[in-house]
Amino acid sequence: MQLYLPIAEVSVNVFLLFGIGGIVGFLSGMFGVGGGFLITPLLFFIGVPPPVAVATGANQVVASSISGVLAQMKRKAVDFRMGTVLLVGGFAGSAIGIWVFAWMKALGQVDLFVQLSYVLFLGFVGATMLQESLRALLRSRNVHAPIRRAHVHSWAHGLPLKMKFRASGLYISVIPPLAIGAFVGFLAAIMGVGGGFILVPAMIYLLGMPTKVVIGTSLFQIIFVTAFTTIMHAVTSQTVDMMLALVLIFGGVIGAQIGSRVGIRLKAEQLRVLLSLLVVAVALRIAFDLLIRPDELYSVAPGVLP
Amino acid sequence: MRRALALAIALFCAPAVAQDAQPETAVEETIVSGLSQNRVSITADFAGDEILVYGAVRRDAPPPEGRLHVIVTVEGPSGPVTVRRKDRIAGIWINDAAVNISRAPSFYAVVTTGPIERILSATENFRHSITIDRVIRSIGIASEAEAHEDFVHALVRVRSSDGRYRLLESRVQLTEQTLFRADVALPSNLTEGEYLVRLFLLRDGKVIARQERTIDVRKEGLERMIFNLSQEQPLIYGLLSLVIAAAAGWGASAAFRLIRP
Repeated sequence: MQLYLPIAEVSVNVFLLFGIGGIVGFLSGMFGVGGGFLITPLLFFIGVPPPVAVATGANQVVASSISGVLAQMKRKAVDFRMGTVLLVGGFAGSAIGIWVFAWMKALGQVDLFVQLSYVLFLGFVGATMLQESLRALLRSRNVHAPIRRAHVHSWAHGLPLKMKFRASGLYISVIPPLAIGAFVGFLAAIMGVGGGFILVPAMIYLLGMPTKVVIGTSLFQIIFVTAFTTIMHAVTSQTVDMMLALVLIFGGVIGAQIGSRVGIRLKAEQLRVLLSLLVVAVALRIAFDLLIRPDELYSVAPGVLP
Repeated sequence: MRRALALAIALFCAPAVAQDAQPETAVEETIVSGLSQNRVSITADFAGDEILVYGAVRRDAPPPEGRLHVIVTVEGPSGPVTVRRKDRIAGIWINDAAVNISRAPSFYAVVTTGPIERILSATENFRHSITIDRVIRSIGIASEAEAHEDFVHALVRVRSSDGRYRLLESRVQLTEQTLFRADVALPSNLTEGEYLVRLFLLRDGKVIARQERTIDVRKEGLERMIFNLSQEQPLIYGLLSLVIAAAAGWGASAAFRLIRP
């Protein structure tokens, strides 16, 4: 069954779109990532023009994140206080990010910049996470191994402005979460994603939050970042396709519910290995595109009159 | 005397058949044509459409020597495009050179009775801008055409592989040198606007008559509503998109709670 998309101006198969929404929603609910880094390339692949794919992808992520957060909230796995602190940093970072994005656009290399940041950040985060989680997985198999301490005191605990994060069981300064939020917001604005794939490992490894609250908290923060992005795109470039979003959302919310239920059954270490493999795979795919000679060297984009 | 009379008649009839008259030919041949539809509605289930262009050649004497040929072109609304070329710089393939083409049609189909190189002379192509590269050149590039040859070719190649630009040779059926018909398939990725249909009659590579008609391609119903809202009230549109997203997210969560409490 074909559906004509009014903004993208292409006709696509409804079931294919539904499937894409479902897969991304599934991963979103399972790992606590928004899925922006997956949905955008998938939409390019089926022929949706890139600006529409980026903007509509953000809209879909809002829906699947809300669905995911509600599922996590039932399990009391959302640290709203931490989420809000991250968000405050996030908006500041995203304002800077939008400014840098405009500057890169003026230089005419925004595509390359986005692709390189994907490879760099996805690759780094994925590889680090993969290494750590594999080690943790091996350790959990070995019963005699020394037990890791719940959290280790570091220089971060000496910082002022301490705050109690009850859901995470942490009493730390608000400066590290603010900085992480700002960094993620910055990347989100540049890469057009929610930033979950950076936020999740940052919360686990840098803030020492327990894995069970990380996913819900990450989704909570992503809702607001992507909602902001959606509005920005709708107002500045009219590239949000409501029809496309609707089908993706329909698939996505169902996928997110299933994903979050599957996520509960898996062990935290296994979950992290899977997420890191996914992140590394996407990074390699983009790196591959940059390194291999493309079949068609030329590309056509709607232009502006000089 | 007879030619003068023909000219007088042609001038007299000018408002009605403005583009049909070509006084320099001995035997007057004009086009009488019709379209299966002059309006295409893009609705939610739009998956392409087909336009039938049909017609006949009207003449006041037996046809002259030489084979008659027909070319039909369908041209979608034009817009500016940027063609970029990737080059390998420091080991990675990045967009390097770019050429801005001020106008290129979003859709262009050429349907002919025979191989276009044989039935259409270069000078006539130049005058009437029939083939796609001529169309782009005549409307899109002003002076720097020579330097950007590769980019124009690339534009035609990329859009041809999308099904946007089509050359359908020997696909106009011409019966008894008089009746003709051509089917033009419109792809599902249509841009809305006025589509220009041009019909050419040719003999010995020369255009002896031409006619133009238009097809109105419009989004309708829900498609129209969504598109208009996104253009006219972008903030409300954006907020509405979020409301839908939030409602769907909450709805799915509530539905799953009912299924598995």
